[in-house]
Amino acid sequence: MSLNPLVEIRDLNFTYDKRPVLQGINMTFPRGKLVAIMGLSGCGKTTLLRHIGGALKPTRGYVRIDGQVMHELDQDGLYAMRRKMGMLFQFGALFTDMSVYDNVAFQMREHTDLPEEIIHDLVIMKLHAVGLRGAQHMMPSELSGGMARRVALARTVALDPMLIMYDEPFAGLDPISLTVIGDLIRRLNDALGATSIIVTHDIQESLKIVDYVYFMANGVIVAEGTPDELRASDKDFVRQFVHGEMDGPVPFHYPGVDYRQDLNLRA
Amino acid sequence: MPIANILRAIGRRVVDAVWRIGVAARFFFLTLIYSGSCFRRFHLIIKELFSTGVMSLIIIIVAGLFVGMVLGLQGYETLKRYGSESALGVMVALSLVREMGPVVAALLFASRAGSAMTAEIGLMKATEQISAMEMMAVNPIARIVAPRFWAGVISMPFLAAMFSAVGIFGGYLVGVVQIGVDEGSFWSQMQAAVDFREDIMNGIIKSLVFGVVVTLIALFEGFDAPPTAEGVSGATTRTVVTSSLAILMLDFVLTAIMFRGA
Repeated sequence: MSLNPLVEIRDLNFTYDKRPVLQGINMTFPRGKLVAIMGLSGCGKTTLLRHIGGALKPTRGYVRIDGQVMHELDQDGLYAMRRKMGMLFQFGALFTDMSVYDNVAFQMREHTDLPEEIIHDLVIMKLHAVGLRGAQHMMPSELSGGMARRVALARTVALDPMLIMYDEPFAGLDPISLTVIGDLIRRLNDALGATSIIVTHDIQESLKIVDYVYFMANGVIVAEGTPDELRASDKDFVRQFVHGEMDGPVPFHYPGVDYRQDLNLRA
Repeated sequence: MPIANILRAIGRRVVDAVWRIGVAARFFFLTLIYSGSCFRRFHLIIKELFSTGVMSLIIIIVAGLFVGMVLGLQGYETLKRYGSESALGVMVALSLVREMGPVVAALLFASRAGSAMTAEIGLMKATEQISAMEMMAVNPIARIVAPRFWAGVISMPFLAAMFSAVGIFGGYLVGVVQIGVDEGSFWSQMQAAVDFREDIMNGIIKSLVFGVVVTLIALFEGFDAPPTAEGVSGATTRTVVTSSLAILMLDFVLTAIMFRGA
């Protein structure tokens, strides 16, 4: 996809408790692009994201970000790399004992020596970008799900990261919030010149905003392409996923004994 | 092979317990290692001092008053048999300063502040706040655990002292004001018999040790809690039970060391 990608994943394998979770994953995330990793719940998407963030070490293979292999970094190296990253968690993960303002200011206070006046201006600008400047004094418990996600987005981009990761950013949102978050993800990525990775199973919203998609199932990549290529794909799995069909390669019924046998009926 | 199964189950429990003690010890050392930053930003400790220390004051004062009043009543009834009612002040003060103050204050601290710490950190883990902090390159042990640990250690001796002071006042109310023990002998005998180094300092050392143990158990249980509602509730229960048993066992050990033959 690119000669100089920001993130490269090569032959990534991860086994947990003797169960293979990721098998032979190869992915490339070009600079400035917004790439989605999609698949059903439990297919290994979040595990993959945790490898990119350096929270897990692979059994085999590697994740390389900006030229550095993540699992070879010591704690100082890992923290230095994470200062260039931002991550939006599924339900925001806002610090509940801090106001909206303090949540957004958190990283600036932790990692910089900026005077409070400059931090104030930066926080106001970040909150303005997500439309929540007026909510700066509120506590996380006073926010709706969509607002909490937007505050978390402002906090994620507080230090203008080069790589932004989103773990299920659309989960549990109403249609308006969903469109707002999708639009913000695209606009912030372009405005910051960042590279973004979205892990999601919300196909319709994602295809509107992303540049490229990887489909995962059972720990392997089963399809990839641009949104237009995937919409036109005749692969059974992709078709079932994109069109939300009830039955297909992913069966409706969980495997079990014969139905008649379960009902104690004779043939 | 029921005996083999029983032995295997016992062995597994012992191995788990040893492993858990090892993890807790590592957690303790990491907390000490990463404590430097919270001393440089002392406002983090002050914030926690408010929620662990100041917010525990009411329960400590009320409990101290009633414990002191009970000691006054019981002490008077016992001392009266030997005609030593005038020693009521000594009995109340020594009981509180040496034993009841540090022990009961630590038990109350474990159930009030300790359980709150465990629940707070467990919920932070369940709602991914700790993961978020790690992803922001902020060490959660330095930012979350260390300030709470030192706040607990600093709070405990003050709470125990407050408990003892209010308890002595409770003993005075019952012994002197209600029953009519001579006020002069109540205070003067107490002043003559209570030694600063032997009694008060040893009480302070006890409460410091209890502060370290209770706060460490509370923080470790919260940090180690499975990130579910059941996991957090189980961790909170374990904090109170483990802390209470640890306080009582350590109290015996410390008393044996400090007051043996005194």
